[in-house]
Amino acid sequence: MNPFAYAKASDAGAALMQIAPATGAASAADAAAKFLAGGTNLIDLMKEGVLQPGRLVDINGLPLDTIEELADGGLRLGALARNADTAYHPTVQKRLPLLASALLAGASPQIRNMATNGGNLLQRTRCHYFYDTLVPCNKRAPGTGCPAREGLARQHAILGASEHCVAVHPSDMCVALAALDAVVHVRSPRGERDIPFAELHRLPGDRPDVDTTLEPDELIVHIDVPPAAPFAAHSVYLKLRERQSYAFALVSVAAALDINRAGRIRNARLALGGVAHKPWRVPAAEALLAGEAPARAAFERCADALLQGAQAHGRGVGSNAFKIPMAHRAIVRALETAARGTVMNTTGSAP
Amino acid sequence: MPDTLGNTACLALAIHHDTAPAMELDSPTLPAAAPPPDHLGIRLHINGQIYAVAIEPWVTLLDLLRDRLQLTGTKKGCDHGQCGACTVLVDGRRTLACLQLAVMRDGADITTVEGLARGEVLHPIQLAFMHHDALQCGYCTPGQLCSAIGLMNEGQARSLDEVRELMSGNLCRCGAYVQIAQAVAEVALGPGEHRSERARRPIVTGTVPA
Repeated sequence: MNPFAYAKASDAGAALMQIAPATGAASAADAAAKFLAGGTNLIDLMKEGVLQPGRLVDINGLPLDTIEELADGGLRLGALARNADTAYHPTVQKRLPLLASALLAGASPQIRNMATNGGNLLQRTRCHYFYDTLVPCNKRAPGTGCPAREGLARQHAILGASEHCVAVHPSDMCVALAALDAVVHVRSPRGERDIPFAELHRLPGDRPDVDTTLEPDELIVHIDVPPAAPFAAHSVYLKLRERQSYAFALVSVAAALDINRAGRIRNARLALGGVAHKPWRVPAAEALLAGEAPARAAFERCADALLQGAQAHGRGVGSNAFKIPMAHRAIVRALETAARGTVMNTTGSAP
Repeated sequence: MPDTLGNTACLALAIHHDTAPAMELDSPTLPAAAPPPDHLGIRLHINGQIYAVAIEPWVTLLDLLRDRLQLTGTKKGCDHGQCGACTVLVDGRRTLACLQLAVMRDGADITTVEGLARGEVLHPIQLAFMHHDALQCGYCTPGQLCSAIGLMNEGQARSLDEVRELMSGNLCRCGAYVQIAQAVAEVALGPGEHRSERARRPIVTGTVPA
């Protein structure tokens, strides 16, 4: 790990002061100051030399670790609440089973005890070329190229990729938050603003080095999840991976259905993980389910629309062509399961 | 005496600093500017003893424990948060010592495998691991033990399948998983053989099969 300066911040104002480049001494190291929360991804990237910030501002002392109920029935997730505390929070389990389930599908218990909600949103791709500082990578070193496109791409994108980058966002939590229309509240020296979840992460385009629409000095304060009561009875997070636990998704599906008394779908929410540079949502595909009975044919049409434009990358054993039919089946399976009821990531909750 | 040990550690570190400030040698490029001010003073409560140490901010909790405090029971497996061998309890919660900076834990209460037994009396989870022969080479065992105690503190496991899923952050390359799961289940859930429900029925969509 590179040497760096370290400071603890006690409140958000102090943290923002500390992250700002020192006046008159805006060295490269200062420009690379970073907030430190759980550290589970940042410290790992620093060990690999992928990131070499000159200064870390430890924000773990900030009072942003609560889960609060909002007046409208939504929930406010503190940026520094740990993933485990969020997933096991009784209100989250009751009102947002999709979120709880996605969180518990991610990482390991140890990492969930450490990782924060804000940090989960900002974690970097686990593309092995991004992590290996000895090979080219447009995300790590812009302009050097992308070996994954013609290399080992099982963990890579089938949607929304560019000629410059085929990396995926690795989060499970974000897939659920995208489906639930969450809003990210951030603060900077210029004030505060709300970012709709769909606008937080970006596609790689010709700037794969930029993961999100956040400015470097913006601090995530909390994440608001609007009321989702109509979906609570029909929510499923299906995660397919190389092994059955403690692995990143090849494909994951967050599916939530609002089914009326007549048994017809009023609204559907659907987001994919492991397939794109951001959680993949296509509102037009969801709209295809409105008014439909929850049946396989309708789910397959929806999957077709959601996967429109899917394209394989990688070569030989590294090809991810298998992910396109796999994603299609996963979408249908998740929707069929959601139609039957909600599944939590515990063995006692099968419908 | 706890304080004596702590002071010894502190003194040792101070001498080390005066003679040769430790820097990791594997960084490909170091900033051209003068090194940032290093060595922050922190106090850690480790296994009931107080350690006051001066440490560079880039030292992980794992390296502090092993290399500077000689608490080598905690193991370095992958050093990247993928194996769980470095699991320690921080304020009663299981965490990975390799993915946290020691300076982040100033004031924290830390339990490592060395702190599990009370004198000569082993912790029940240690006895269960012995009873079930839940290890072969033993390298993952300190992390497995601390993880198991964290699992019990969390109180979320109600079946063998849940024990297996919630122990999945600890890899065992010898493959002692069956015995590890039984040992943890015995202490966490109660005596007797615990059986997998999942093995008797098809995998249910959306759940995490253990």
